[in-house]
Amino acid sequence: MQAGYGLYLEEHEAFRRTVRAVVDKELRPFAREWEDKGEFPLALFRRFGELGFLGLKYPEEYGGTNAGCLFEAVLIEELGRCGSGGVAAGLGAQFTISTGPLHLFGTDAQKKRFLAPAIRGEKVGALGITEPNAGSDVAGLQMTAKKVDGGYVLNGSKTYITNGVRADFVVLAVKTDPTKGHKGLSMIVVEKGTPGFSVGKKLEKLGWRASDTGELVFEDCRVPAENLLGEEGQGFYQIMGNFQWERLSLALGAVGAADDILAGAVAYVKQRRAFGKAVAEFQVVKHRLADMATDLEAARQLTYHALRLHAGGEFAISETSMAKKLATEMCCRIADASLQLHGGAGYMKEFDIERHWRDARLGPIGGGTSEIMNEIIARQFGL
Amino acid sequence: MKILVTAKRVEDPESKIKVKPDGTGIVLEGLKYKINPFDEIAVEEALRLVAKFPGEVVVASVGGKEVQEQLRHALAMGATRAVWVNHTGPLDQMGIAALLQKVAEKEKPDLVILGKQSIDDDQNQIGQYLAEWLGWAQATFASKVESFESDAEKNKVPALTVSADVKTVRVVREVDGGLATVECQLPAVVTADLRLNMPRYASLPGIMKAKSKPIEELTPVGLGVDVTPKLTVTKMMAPPARKAGIKVPDVATLVQKLKTEAKVL
Ligand SMILES: Cc1cc2nc3c(=O)[nH]c(=O)nc-3n(C[C@H](O)[C@H](O)[C@H](O)COP(=O)(O)OP(=O)(O)OC[C@H]3O[C@@H](n4cnc5c(N)ncnc54)[C@H](O)[C@@H]3O)c2cc1C
Repeated sequence: MQAGYGLYLEEHEAFRRTVRAVVDKELRPFAREWEDKGEFPLALFRRFGELGFLGLKYPEEYGGTNAGCLFEAVLIEELGRCGSGGVAAGLGAQFTISTGPLHLFGTDAQKKRFLAPAIRGEKVGALGITEPNAGSDVAGLQMTAKKVDGGYVLNGSKTYITNGVRADFVVLAVKTDPTKGHKGLSMIVVEKGTPGFSVGKKLEKLGWRASDTGELVFEDCRVPAENLLGEEGQGFYQIMGNFQWERLSLALGAVGAADDILAGAVAYVKQRRAFGKAVAEFQVVKHRLADMATDLEAARQLTYHALRLHAGGEFAISETSMAKKLATEMCCRIADASLQLHGGAGYMKEFDIERHWRDARLGPIGGGTSEIMNEIIARQFGL
Repeated sequence: MKILVTAKRVEDPESKIKVKPDGTGIVLEGLKYKINPFDEIAVEEALRLVAKFPGEVVVASVGGKEVQEQLRHALAMGATRAVWVNHTGPLDQMGIAALLQKVAEKEKPDLVILGKQSIDDDQNQIGQYLAEWLGWAQATFASKVESFESDAEKNKVPALTVSADVKTVRVVREVDGGLATVECQLPAVVTADLRLNMPRYASLPGIMKAKSKPIEELTPVGLGVDVTPKLTVTKMMAPPARKAGIKVPDVATLVQKLKTEAKVL
């Protein structure tokens, strides 16, 4: 394997060693416990803030490192190895999707209020787009923000929101003009404790169990005008812009997780014996591992290609969508194959693979489904 | 205060170490490397001391070009500058100690902190040789009582306490059956044990800063040291595979077996 893939430099690899050390010491040993409990400690946000991991691509004036997206890519890949999809998701939602729009579209005052404390890990952020009646169809969102004197009054609800229950602020997609489709969308920030904003419930789910996924309800919730991100009506473009890094990060996380899952499968079949030899010695098993490695490498290369374009400043929407689809589906295939290679043990809670298998399944759904990725990819044919 | 520390490049314990079939060494393919963990502890302790007694931490390593990776790691943790003794041939512990002696004589640090041993061949000799040849005081196995940095631990007297006039160092040492406290005149050589501290991570700003910190290149010839090994490894063998233990149902059976089979009771 060529170190760096012509993408990462020595400093990225040095940073990878740091992240790996953090993951191995502070996350991996607790992954199972947190997943079983359905929660990771809130203190982890602060710890990540302290380590400088929450502001890698944000300006120094807000407490970031301004080091660029490749460092964050390294962080995401390594978090994929932490053994808990929920921890990676909760922390990821903090430094990618919820703070991304603030960085890209926020005013200095908004960045001071929300971005800076989020970078320090003092405030937890969430991004609220999905609603009970609209997920894939972003233009069809129904939550409204009615302009009133000095602000907006919000009505509607959001669901499946990562960090939703514990968030101190939520960056919301709302209809400021319900008569329009995608042109009626805007983004606005709501703080915890604002009258009219309540957290419905913490949702139970198949995987990513350590992350909190919430349902948010807004009833005549009044938000000051200065909480609007950018201009009214720009929401759709803002969301689409933010999606690029979210999708790349899902692809990178899938690559990191698959790497770890494959290594686990190899280790298992080498020590498990059947018919008088190690399971790894059966040709069919060796070939299965070879296929898994090939699948992983192909997805990694496409992900790195999209990342290279993104890092170069391109809006590589097709490549990013392809990478998101391929890498997250690849991770499901690798997890499934690995579970099969574990035999009955793979179905047991005692082994990590059953958790990896559940965690991986979110990949082709969250941040835009594989079908929606295909819709985007097909656009290049004028379809 | 000026402190010299070491950063040896060793095989990452996470990689699978296999002895070559002909017994001449270990299989190098596919191995990963890292800084000797005991050296990392030494670097950390030096950084903490320099935070109290301003000065510099100079990190040294002996080896080929690749040891620059470990030097950069120590620089990223916060060391001031690095000394790289470029040497690729075989070396024994006396060779390394002789090279470090020259580096120490050149740098004139107040204190040298090394790992008590390196995790590759676990010799535990360099610090002792170095102190002897320099004619300096030595305190090996600097340690602390608890293994983790709990609050109780933080409130304890640090294992390495330098006097306010930077003339002496008091070191808590881990010895068989307990702890011993010694006081040494500076300059001195201290070796770090596992429980001395928990090394910090190399932060991203640290990694970026390390890129432009100087690494001075020296050679054995330049230092006037003949490193021809006095010690040769004739054969390397993996330890014999241990037989699997047995499980006993209860304490009574255990005592019975210890009496009749193991014959230790
Ligand atoms: C654990 C978890 C965490 C999440 N975190 C967040 C979060 O933090 N913030 C947030 O806003 N959202 C979040 N989501 C929501 C997620 O982004 C959506 O679930 C996802 O985008 C799909 O939307 P949906 O659930 O409404 O599915 P639907 O849109 O109802 O889709 C149902 C099915 O129809 C298919 N489909 C829809 N449209 C088309 C089409 N045009 N052509 C072909 N097929 C189509 C879909 O691919 C899917 O198979 C999270 C979801 C989960 C499960």
